[in-house]
Amino acid sequence: MLWLAVVGVPLYALLVATFQRSENYTSEGPLTPPSDPTLHNYATAIENGLLGFVLNTAIVTLAVVVIVVALSATAGYAVVRSRTRWTNGVFRAFLLGLAIPSQAVIIPVYLIIVEMGLYDSLTAIVLPTAAFALPVCMLILVGSMRDISEELYEAMALDGAGSVRTFVQLVVPLSRPGLSTVAVYSALQAWNGFLFPLILTQSYDKRLITMGLFEFQGEYRVDVPGLLTAVVLSTVPLFIVYLVARRSLVAGLMGVGGK
Amino acid sequence: MTGTDTSETSMRALPQNRPARSGPAPAAPAPSPRRARPVRHVGRPGGAWALPALLYFGVFAALPMVLVAYLSLTSWGGLGTPEFIGLENWSRLVEDPVMRRAVWLSLVLTVLNWIVQTPIALLLGVWAAGPQRNRAVLSAVFFLPLLLSSAAIAIIWRALLDPNFGPLAWLGPRLGLESVDVLGGPTSAFAMIVFVTAWQFIPLHMLLYQGGARQIPASLYEAARIDGAGMLRSFWHITLPQLRHTVTTSSVLMVVGSLTYFDTVLILTGGGPGTDTTIVPFLMYRAGFRSWELGYASAIAFTLVVVATVIALLLVRFTGFGTMRSTREGL
Repeated sequence: MLWLAVVGVPLYALLVATFQRSENYTSEGPLTPPSDPTLHNYATAIENGLLGFVLNTAIVTLAVVVIVVALSATAGYAVVRSRTRWTNGVFRAFLLGLAIPSQAVIIPVYLIIVEMGLYDSLTAIVLPTAAFALPVCMLILVGSMRDISEELYEAMALDGAGSVRTFVQLVVPLSRPGLSTVAVYSALQAWNGFLFPLILTQSYDKRLITMGLFEFQGEYRVDVPGLLTAVVLSTVPLFIVYLVARRSLVAGLMGVGGK
Repeated sequence: MTGTDTSETSMRALPQNRPARSGPAPAAPAPSPRRARPVRHVGRPGGAWALPALLYFGVFAALPMVLVAYLSLTSWGGLGTPEFIGLENWSRLVEDPVMRRAVWLSLVLTVLNWIVQTPIALLLGVWAAGPQRNRAVLSAVFFLPLLLSSAAIAIIWRALLDPNFGPLAWLGPRLGLESVDVLGGPTSAFAMIVFVTAWQFIPLHMLLYQGGARQIPASLYEAARIDGAGMLRSFWHITLPQLRHTVTTSSVLMVVGSLTYFDTVLILTGGGPGTDTTIVPFLMYRAGFRSWELGYASAIAFTLVVVATVIALLLVRFTGFGTMRSTREGL
């Protein structure tokens, strides 16, 4: 119950602040609803180019989700069904990848991106972000695909389906819960990514939302409600995704710890 | 689906006897005779299905791990070609007092994180797995911090803790606090990093424990109740032992996570005051992308890679190879 206060009160203070005029912010106290609620902060945040950041972030997020879903679905299928010996090794390699913090390899990633001539482009953010989302996604998907029963595969084989048809008609439809978890998880990673945008881009029109917030923090030092409003706005799209995909996201994350 | 395997094996072993043996029970739906045929290898994907993911992961995650080792032996300012200089960075690293302090701070942070987050997450998770009425709503509230990025969370807390403009400045004097500049004091700044990361990550670990607790068979608790065990004893003797694999997974994530609190530190304290919250990943960022000594920063980064890998392997090993193994065993 105490935890509810620890989580709830800051979130409440955050929301209340966004409707507060900055000149009243310190005087009125943080926990009382503002006497003169205003949408002024929201208007300012949008004027300051927040929507452009959101658009960039949306593009990156979409690309990351497409790459991660395509790669982890095919690789997961191979790990679960293939009789080739090394696919098991592939899975082990991905599991080890779980332990590697992206910070630790950011310098070589920077080198690779520069060498590929991609520095300061949205692609530069997409590529490593997707790569580092892969291990967890493989873990989720392999768990989900393993639950498809042997008989269904046999039925497909009897119908003369090759691996491509089996994949398209059987594996993909039946692992849809796993796939949607993977999509939501990788979207979360891309949307909230900070390190790769910070290091791999520099120009203003390539800013993602987290970087935009980081810079707002420098400019808005005195206008705390303005800054907090930008934070809230940057979370709205994720919140919508959460409301829509809550079940699969929670189930998927719980499954990672399982057994 | 239980029993599939056995019936299959018997069919495969005695395909001709099958009709005769099932003869006396014609009421049961006859298994399709086609299933008896050995079709198990048809339609299996080749290893090539894993190639795209493997290549991609190799280029952007595995190759960098090798490259970082090489770069630690070079001098590189970010432009041009890295120049090979042997072990120079490493001897400098060993003697660098800031690095020594950063390693110490990282260790303390990791231990504190574990001590703070594990009990709370465990209790909350077990609670959330139970049948309480307001559980769903509260769980949804607890989930919210997971949606926010580290950057957003650090910004929120920085604003809330701001000594001039934040609610703390308003609240502090009313609570009789002398100094409200918690991010300006060395100990309190460090404590705030522990607190903010706990605020951010406990929900994730709570979810893991919730998932684990849901999988504990209810019969164990019924048996315990019949034996007269109270809530505390069931928790201690059933819940905890049953959750040990989850504890491992969660701990690995926590420990490795502690090595990555870079964005939180950057925004919340900027490594300061002084170097009092300069943990290893932040030091690496500062050396690499502020001072542009990327060779030296690579040596720091390589230390991180080694430590992360060793810790993960050790923890997983010590607890009987935990979930990593059991995930694989069912294949």
